[in-house]
Amino acid sequence: MARTHPRIISANDLLIGDVVYLTAAGGWTRDLAAAAVARDDAAAQALLAQAEAQPHLAVGPYLADVALDGPAPRPLHYREVFRTRGPSNRPDLGRQAEGL
Amino acid sequence: MYRYDDFDADYLRARNAEFRDQVARRIDGRLSEDEFKPLRLQNGLYLQLHAYMLRVAIPYGTLSSDQMRVLAEVAERWDRGYGHFTTRQNIQFNWVRLADTPDILDRLAEAGMHAIQTSGNCIRNVTADHFAGAAADEIEDPRPVAELIRQWSTSHPEFLFLPRKFKIAVSGTPADRAVTMAHDIGLRALRGPGGEVGYTVILGGGMGRTPMLGKVVREFVPKPDLLPYLEAILAVYNLHGRRDNKYKARIKILVHETGLEALKGEIEAEFARRKRLFDGPEVVPSAEELARIAAHFAPPVLPVRAEVSAIEARAREVDPAFALWAEVNTHPHRAPGHAIVTVSLKAPGEAPGDATSDQMRALADLADRHSLGELRISHLQNVVLPHVARDDLPALHAALVRHGLATANAGLITDIIACPGLDYCALATARSIPIAQDIARRFAAPEKARAIGAFEIKISGCINACGHHHVGHVGILGLEKAGIESYQITLGGDPGPDAAVGERTGPGLAAKEVGPAMERLVAAYLAHRAGHDERFVDTYRRVGPEPFRSAIYAREAA
Ligand code: SF4
Repeated sequence: MARTHPRIISANDLLIGDVVYLTAAGGWTRDLAAAAVARDDAAAQALLAQAEAQPHLAVGPYLADVALDGPAPRPLHYREVFRTRGPSNRPDLGRQAEGL
Repeated sequence: MYRYDDFDADYLRARNAEFRDQVARRIDGRLSEDEFKPLRLQNGLYLQLHAYMLRVAIPYGTLSSDQMRVLAEVAERWDRGYGHFTTRQNIQFNWVRLADTPDILDRLAEAGMHAIQTSGNCIRNVTADHFAGAAADEIEDPRPVAELIRQWSTSHPEFLFLPRKFKIAVSGTPADRAVTMAHDIGLRALRGPGGEVGYTVILGGGMGRTPMLGKVVREFVPKPDLLPYLEAILAVYNLHGRRDNKYKARIKILVHETGLEALKGEIEAEFARRKRLFDGPEVVPSAEELARIAAHFAPPVLPVRAEVSAIEARAREVDPAFALWAEVNTHPHRAPGHAIVTVSLKAPGEAPGDATSDQMRALADLADRHSLGELRISHLQNVVLPHVARDDLPALHAALVRHGLATANAGLITDIIACPGLDYCALATARSIPIAQDIARRFAAPEKARAIGAFEIKISGCINACGHHHVGHVGILGLEKAGIESYQITLGGDPGPDAAVGERTGPGLAAKEVGPAMERLVAAYLAHRAGHDERFVDTYRRVGPEPFRSAIYAREAA
């Protein structure tokens, strides 16, 4: 079955280890709204190749399904949703504590 | 307590310097992630969902107050002010930065601590009974043997690249508080015909996706034969372990596929060869070396005290909260008038096993004041003060209350094991911590938990089973089903001497259904148990799964 969901690149920052997303300009951001979105397979593979070419900045890049129904791409899998926040038992820690 | 000598200290310094260089080369791009990953893992550094995590070994769970203070310092200086004690007697720091890890490891090394053997396909951090050296029911303190195994296994060149990780647990008592039946090798002390102490060797237990209980491969191994015997097992495993399939690579699968008897023949033949090497021109380890190690664990000299403490008795009369805590959280010590105290890290609503820097420091101070400066970390994710005078219990309890550490629930339904799950762990398929929190809140009233009695709930966030769910009286396994978190319940597991793997009840439950299902399960147990002393797992064995299965799946009355 053909993929239907748009995708973004999610990874961990090499130095801090926190979650980062690939931007359209080929850099890395902590802001989901600035993440580059791939709407088809070719674009997704291109983004992944771009991400993998930067192992000195981000570790373990992978494609994550998103919905485009708000101001920022919305990750669909709950694992990816948790990554946008931090530990659910510690609202004082992780991305959720930074007000992003 | 064991103190590192110059050899250990030099080794750690050299190893940390090497890792510092590797980190620098990773940061400046000379090492790729593929090259660096095995190196960082060998030094306990994982990359998790939200950050790097550093796992530090606490061999056989023994810790000095000074070491505990260093853990508190690490949490405060380089992390977010807390640490997580694990089911393998390790501590995990969840928010460290890559560039800081060499400094952290140096600080730990100054206190005789490290992250070696906390990852990779090597012999992992050796675990032991958390009441070792203090329990009244002990045949011998298992820690000299555990320390011997640590020294033998650390960077043992033959066993650094095993087919898979390898876990050894040592128990000095038939009561078995070290879950020896669910380790690659479990060792259990017993007395031989002449009264000498040796060890029963249990082989091929393990949890994970294929849970198996270990089998006795040799009823009695005299202590001098222990290392060559272990080495023989490891050599046979190294040769035949399934390197072709990671899911079949643990020794339990080898035991299962080859059969215990066939494997035993090979082990015994290899043992005969190894034994000759150990007993060459010089016997290794020498009697002096064994005595040197054992001297570090010499039983503490405790003042002679009356069996019953009048101070404790009076406090029990006037303070019901203290009475309950003293009843639930103390264990018989071998010295009259003393107790082993479990400090629960399971206050209902908190993440099981987490302790703040302030709590760690408070525990270190209390260990100095009341427990000869010694602490233990249990695989149950609690802290133990092993040598407390019963006269001191009221003062200790009062201090613990001030630090939020006086929860009276050791071994009760709210003393839940939970792995970090999807709140931290990159491998997780579902969260564990919120499930534990929800259940604990439902049974938070101490009298309620006490009335239910011994009840072990264990929760894992994926099939790897770090939360020991297979041997929980009630096991909860978090999985993904159709895009949501789903929890599979097992019943009837037991980590103790009558070890058992729990049986699946049926379809998984949604997160919000787990707590109510536990309430119905407990109600069914209370209705069926023969008396207060019949634990849930015993009732389960007696009456079978049916009433409990029905309770779990009974929907709220329409
Ligand atoms: S059981 Fe799974 S989720 Fe839990 S700590 Fe282990 S690997 Fe992580």
